[in-house]
Amino acid sequence: MINRLPGYILSFFILVLLQVLVFNNIQFSGYVNPYVYILFIFMLPFETPGYILLILAFILGLTIDLFSNTPGMHSFATVFMAFIRPSLLKAIAPRDDYQPGTTPSLHDYGFVWYLKYTVTLTLIHHTILFFIEVYDLSHIFSTLWRIILSSIFTLIIVFIAQLFVFKKNKRR
Amino acid sequence: MRNFLLFIYRHNFTFLFLILEIVSFYLLINHNSYQRATWLSSSNKVSGNIYNSYSNATQYLMLQQINEELAKENAYLRSQMPASFKDSKDYFSLVYDKLNKRQYTYRSARVINNSVNKHFNYITINKGSLNGIEKEMGVISAKGVVGIIKDVSEHYSSVISLLNTRLKISAKLKGKGFFGALGWDGDDYRYAWLNEIPIHASVSVGDLVVTSGYSAIFPEGILIGTVEEVEKDKGESFYRIKVKLSVDFKDLSFVEVISNNMRDEQLDLESTNND
Repeated sequence: MINRLPGYILSFFILVLLQVLVFNNIQFSGYVNPYVYILFIFMLPFETPGYILLILAFILGLTIDLFSNTPGMHSFATVFMAFIRPSLLKAIAPRDDYQPGTTPSLHDYGFVWYLKYTVTLTLIHHTILFFIEVYDLSHIFSTLWRIILSSIFTLIIVFIAQLFVFKKNKRR
Repeated sequence: MRNFLLFIYRHNFTFLFLILEIVSFYLLINHNSYQRATWLSSSNKVSGNIYNSYSNATQYLMLQQINEELAKENAYLRSQMPASFKDSKDYFSLVYDKLNKRQYTYRSARVINNSVNKHFNYITINKGSLNGIEKEMGVISAKGVVGIIKDVSEHYSSVISLLNTRLKISAKLKGKGFFGALGWDGDDYRYAWLNEIPIHASVSVGDLVVTSGYSAIFPEGILIGTVEEVEKDKGESFYRIKVKLSVDFKDLSFVEVISNNMRDEQLDLESTNND
């Protein structure tokens, strides 16, 4: 557990920088806007205590806010997503529960499980984020459309990132 | 008391969640009322430095384009020189005459962060209070209006982009005198909407939309865009005009900040009207 710490710190900074410098500048047709930094919350080990999970989510969201001039917006959505995570993990646990030494990854629990896990959390996060951003319900359809397209794009990138992790583990 | 503490301890997850969400919400609300602390905006030092070095790196990849832009701007400025006006010396002026004082000063700055895809877009530029930039100064590029300065730190400033649904700019149709409020609807970064132009005005597609100069922020007659579409709802007495913005916000690297040296005088005078 403790020897994985540097890896997590490194991935925190890499994800924040990628989000701020690359993904915040991506947009197709003014709708699609991937928020890949939430992959950090996806990656955290099963044993992570609740309060650490929430505090990390808050710090992560606030860091992104700092760069995109939106104090409170990303931190609100990310903390909410982190709050849902333990109950979701319980709800979709495999029959023989989570094994010690494994992480929530495509490699350890397979495609279907990982899809359920990431789709739910991404949709929660993006829905809150985009509705806070718009701040009213008058653009509801264009906002829903943005949520769906952006979630798809975020998920594609999350899965691509998982494939990289997959390869690294195999080599070991 | 003991039981209460135990209760909090047992539900620490939920309580921490609530506290963090309240803090976030507080930040969000503060931000909406424009009173948030400057350290949280992107003009703060750490993020400013990161954006600055990032834009230093990418600048090399765009040198050709930037050169072209600068050359165009040079040409434009040359056309503004006194020598390019035939009769500039034909009037006499009193030395120290206040009326001949220069009203607007321009300072150039580089864009180091920019977005077009949010509802509330902001731009960060690499000049701050040390360079004489203050809140509520206008920002333009060689092609037209860009936004208004919102926060200033020592070396950086953040700008409310024209592509921010909270920003309204006083605009008029060039050569006609009818003025209205121009704002962005959060949809397409190439178009904005001009409202409050009365229905008896004659508007045609392709007309130039320029700043009105009433706001003490922008000088009169700075280009904003061209009329793309004119809508007229039944029973309404105002047009809704779709304006194609002259500035390409996706391709913005150098801007100029305008300071109006007589702004305080104008605002002082206008505030006496409200008494």
